[in-house]
Amino acid sequence: MSALLELDDIHFGYPGQAPVLAGASLALGPGERIALVGANGTGKSTLLRIALGLIRPARGTIRAFGQPCARETDFQQMRRRVGLVFQDPDDQLFCPTVAEDIAFGPLNLGLSRAEALRRVDAVLEQLALTALRNRVTHHLSGGEKRLVTLATVLVMRPEVLLLDEPTNALDPENEARLLAILQALPQAILLVSHDPAFRARLVQRELHLAEGRLGPHPHPR
Amino acid sequence: MAHLLSLAPPHPGGATGGPGPIHGLDPRGRVLAAAAFAVVVTGLSSLPVLALAAVAALAMLPLSGLPPGPTLRRMVMMDGFILVMLVLLPFTTPGTPALILPGGLVATREGLRLAAEIALTANAVILMLMVLVGTLDPVRLGHALARLRLPLRLVHLLLFTVRYIEVLRAEYDRTRQAMRARAFRPGSNRHTWVSLGQLVGMMLVRALERSERILQAMKCRGFTGQIPLLDDLSFGAGDRLFGVLFALALGCLIAMEVALVRAA
Ligand SMILES: Nc1ncnc2c1ncn2[C@@H]1O[C@H](COP(=O)(O)OP(=O)(O)OP(=O)(O)O)[C@@H](O)[C@H]1O
Ligand SMILES: [Mg+2]
Repeated sequence: MSALLELDDIHFGYPGQAPVLAGASLALGPGERIALVGANGTGKSTLLRIALGLIRPARGTIRAFGQPCARETDFQQMRRRVGLVFQDPDDQLFCPTVAEDIAFGPLNLGLSRAEALRRVDAVLEQLALTALRNRVTHHLSGGEKRLVTLATVLVMRPEVLLLDEPTNALDPENEARLLAILQALPQAILLVSHDPAFRARLVQRELHLAEGRLGPHPHPR
Repeated sequence: MAHLLSLAPPHPGGATGGPGPIHGLDPRGRVLAAAAFAVVVTGLSSLPVLALAAVAALAMLPLSGLPPGPTLRRMVMMDGFILVMLVLLPFTTPGTPALILPGGLVATREGLRLAAEIALTANAVILMLMVLVGTLDPVRLGHALARLRLPLRLVHLLLFTVRYIEVLRAEYDRTRQAMRARAFRPGSNRHTWVSLGQLVGMMLVRALERSERILQAMKCRGFTGQIPLLDDLSFGAGDRLFGVLFALALGCLIAMEVALVRAA
């Protein structure tokens, strides 16, 4: 089995601070769903950003779909096939309306405006968000923003999904709906979540991040 | 231009730059001295006196504890802003021809003089500003300005700019990352222009809304339009001495200017 996403021996520290990651490695296979667990500030979000080449590790290699990713051009190719839902939706939404924000990704993939809008409507339908279509993004509630950011990524039909605390700010009903949607997706998923129940129902395997390294969860279920 | 006043790395509570003798002076005295210097030097017109003023500002540099290399580099950066004007002036000012370039361009004596005057004035003033005011950290500068009865609105503007400029930059960086994560690659096409326009527009809207939230949060904590300025400033014997010496030096500059203009 060849991994879709492989991180090997990643070392990273923010300038002027103690190292965050010190030899973290992981491999995500096709259809696999893995959870990343760790205390606040251990570097989970940092690891996801590194996986997409948004920040560069001091050491270590990243492979996506069997290709090593080192230069920005490599990452540009892989970002078309790997989607990241950021921890803070405010970082992600920047277009005036929901529909425009969701269309941003498909337009980057080279789709025509009409095709992009067709996809937007499809994904809004899938997530039951059609009512939000023409709303202004920064006036959405926290949970609505959360769901829209998920839509902005799903609409690109990525082969791998990286989700950074996707249940943040969701009410129980929407959380259940999100769980059902994610369970039905065929994509490989790397999930960061502090919610044990949510993880238990979505992923097959948990990795624990501590002291900059990834290992099997210390308290196996 | 923020970097010219070394606003870049804010050290809360401490002064920027090394601990030179200027460090111990009252910020109000330093602001007033720099302002007086600027007023006097812009009024000067004879080149030797202007050169002397620039040398005086340069001589203050070691007293400030600022590293000479980077400080002079900042001064040169400011020159970049006026470079075009300095280069054009000799050719656009009417007067006696002094230099004829191939292609029939004529530089006049008066134009060259004017360019030299402006360059000397600008560099002397900016250097003195960096030495006296640039060595203040922004918060102390804000407090000094408030004590000098500058409108509180302006002082708040300065303090909040210092506090939030980094927040805005971080927000811009994160949004750009989020755009790249969705396969955005800037090119010269409509999609890029629209997207970058939306990025800038959204940052403005968010900054506005954030400012409203910050105001709400401040009001919750009893804000009524005044920020209590905590540190108390004291104007001591050293400050008086500095004030007298500085005034004497300015007086000398003015006297020399007057003498030279009379002689001419
Ligand atoms: N832009 C940044 N500059 C400097 N330090 C940062 C930056 N972003 C994160 N850090 C620091 O790096 C460490 C790891 O941050 P990260 O966001 O990856 O943690 P996390 O595991 O996602 O935490 P949480 O569970 O709270 O989301 C933290 O100590 C954080 O303070
Ligand atoms: Mg995080």
